[in-house]
Amino acid sequence: MCLGVPGKVVTVEGDFADVDFGGVRRKVSLLLYPEVGEGDYVLVHVGFVIQRLEKQEALQTLELFAEIEKAYEESTDEEP
Amino acid sequence: MKSQLTRSHEAGSSASLLEEIAALARKPTRFMEVCGTHTVSIFRSGIRSLLPQSLELISGPGCPVCVTPLGEIDQAVALAREEGVALVSFGDVMRVPGSSSSLSQERAGGRDVRVITSPLDAVEIARGEPHKKIVFFAIGFETTSPAIAAAITEAKRQGVRNLSILSSQRLIPPAMRALLSSDAVQIDGFLLPGHVSVIIGKAPYSFIARDFSLRGVITGFEPLDILEGVVMLLRQIQEGRAEIENQYTRAVQVEGNERARRIMGEVFSPVSARWRGLGTIPDSGLALREEFKEMDVAVSFDIPYKDMADPPGCRCSEILQGLTTPPHCPLFGARCTPEDPIGPCMVSSEGSCAAFYKYGGLS
Amino acid sequence: MRHTTILLAHGAGGKLTHDLVNELFLPALTNDILRTLDDSAVIPTEYCKLAVTTDSYVVKPLFFPGGDIGRLALCGTVNDLAMAGAMPRGICASFILEEGFSTKALGQIVTSLKTAAHEAGVLIVAGDTKVVERGAAEGLFITTSGVGTIPEGVDMGAAHARAGDAIIINGPIGDHEVAILLSRGEFSLKGTVRSDCAPLNSLVQKMLGVSHDIHVLRDPTRGGLATVLWEIAQASGVGVIVEEERITLRQEVRGVCDLLGFDPLYLANEGKLVAVVPKQEAEAILEAMRTEPLGREASIIGKVASENPGRVLLKTRIGGHRLLEPLSGEQFPRIC
Repeated sequence: MCLGVPGKVVTVEGDFADVDFGGVRRKVSLLLYPEVGEGDYVLVHVGFVIQRLEKQEALQTLELFAEIEKAYEESTDEEP
Repeated sequence: MKSQLTRSHEAGSSASLLEEIAALARKPTRFMEVCGTHTVSIFRSGIRSLLPQSLELISGPGCPVCVTPLGEIDQAVALAREEGVALVSFGDVMRVPGSSSSLSQERAGGRDVRVITSPLDAVEIARGEPHKKIVFFAIGFETTSPAIAAAITEAKRQGVRNLSILSSQRLIPPAMRALLSSDAVQIDGFLLPGHVSVIIGKAPYSFIARDFSLRGVITGFEPLDILEGVVMLLRQIQEGRAEIENQYTRAVQVEGNERARRIMGEVFSPVSARWRGLGTIPDSGLALREEFKEMDVAVSFDIPYKDMADPPGCRCSEILQGLTTPPHCPLFGARCTPEDPIGPCMVSSEGSCAAFYKYGGLS
Repeated sequence: MRHTTILLAHGAGGKLTHDLVNELFLPALTNDILRTLDDSAVIPTEYCKLAVTTDSYVVKPLFFPGGDIGRLALCGTVNDLAMAGAMPRGICASFILEEGFSTKALGQIVTSLKTAAHEAGVLIVAGDTKVVERGAAEGLFITTSGVGTIPEGVDMGAAHARAGDAIIINGPIGDHEVAILLSRGEFSLKGTVRSDCAPLNSLVQKMLGVSHDIHVLRDPTRGGLATVLWEIAQASGVGVIVEEERITLRQEVRGVCDLLGFDPLYLANEGKLVAVVPKQEAEAILEAMRTEPLGREASIIGKVASENPGRVLLKTRIGGHRLLEPLSGEQFPRIC
């Protein structure tokens, strides 16, 4: 029950982190999991980090998307 | 380019998992996906259309909206009608019909009803609008309750005085125990909720194997996760094992999130709770502890819970227990549709009936 | 009418909007032209077929990345004409302004309207202005109407899809609705997605230049791609089959959908068209589309079949399938 989305921590400021989800950023609370640093991959539910993800595993999903996105952008001309 | 990469990764792996499923599921087998988000994932990815006839996946009670009694929706609706109240909740609950209205209907009628996506939004709204009484209709399971607890702690720390909580939270393991204690249910294994498990870890499920000799696999939500979870359950059956395993290793630590559980325990204590379809289950709900009691709606409003019977003909109760499937309900698709739902199984985007209506059924 | 009051969901463009039109408006106003409920009305005259359409714009916020209500109002109506294959000949714009609205903001909006009209190669030929009391209009509402002429031999409509046809879309879905959502700042999300709001008439003229045998053109606005595919399947009495892996999304749009639990197939677009064309014409049409800025990412996403008439089947990434229903009510963000 519950949407949990993996993202990458961009910056940490006190009890909050700015987390990147494929280009979209959200301000996320660290109250339930303060031990995160910049560059970490985290699982987010209702605006809270609930778990840090092992980089290896998180990358399986995120990197694949980045690869896909990169390949996609290279194969089409983006409008200005 | 994009489609080629996706296809090669996912379709390839799913093909081999599906082959293994077909090979292992020779006898009629029933697994229950406890979690409503799994139900949606299963339907969205079209997994049902790929499973062998012998394997049946049934939806369990892990749908916060489906198991919330009518009377609690009525309370939320009544609170939304109170003078000076802004009722806030998660989008999932907006269209659930109470005995006479729903939150989205109240909003259409001009009441101040707002959708939030984080419990901290409720605190922020309360702080920013001190002249209004903010009522947070707090639904969810163990995945969400720690966040709600953290937000309540924050509210108190910041001296927010105009926030009240209508707690409608529930706990999964007690519901599973109640389900298993009933003789009617015949299940061969459980796909256990991946994100609830991020919080509670593996231990709370061990009673399933120990007391009922049944098996469960903590499973993630991508199509491949679900297929892997099914394979792991089938392998257990083949090897004569009844254990709790973790498929979702990239997110679920065996010990769960201890801090989250502690924060949850500081704010809430387990109480008896009513579950639509399962009745009253001890220690399966959460209520505010003494130090936070002033934030309970009961303190600021006189809108007690009133028990309401299910609408006539509605078979949501049986569907929630996995005793029957949506097409067997006489109202399904005829008088009960997503636009005009009679029971919550149809209204919730993760309810069995809505998922079935939107994603199932094809010649 | 089951409902005694109008719900916000009645304006969402999905099943409830359909019901409202079918149960309240049509019985009162019906005629053969209105009943087709295509994007534009096609009126035969002694000289040529005319396309006529009207739309109101109530978007909030008024300004968003990629456009504003002025641009939206122009493109929306031009696009409805374009979906009938019409060359837009004139657009009318009526403004309902709220007392207290900034004249500077109004100026910006009108400039956007002008710029979009210039892009589309169309003139604003008539207009009207009314002012209502503070609180009655949330800034402003714009209604645009448009008239266009349809070239000889062009006859498109939602009911014209035939088994064997190919289904084409000109790019990724969901940009407009996500851009609006992000610019509302409601869910603590920040992103750079821009609305795809753009006039499609040049693209359509290019396509018609290659083939007059295009069967259906629809723009997937409110209700999204799934709803439009369903409308076509219903109107034509055919089955529609689309492949999930061929439908593209920008990464940010996917991120927002994941975060809020939205299904991208139901998100509104304002610069996209769905074309249903005879299979043998598809390659030529695609080639022509890709020479236009708004058609560079055009691709085939599915086909029309005779099985399962009136229904839309999505073949999923892992090789399974599911049915697509039209949007019912609004999409609310989910947490579960």
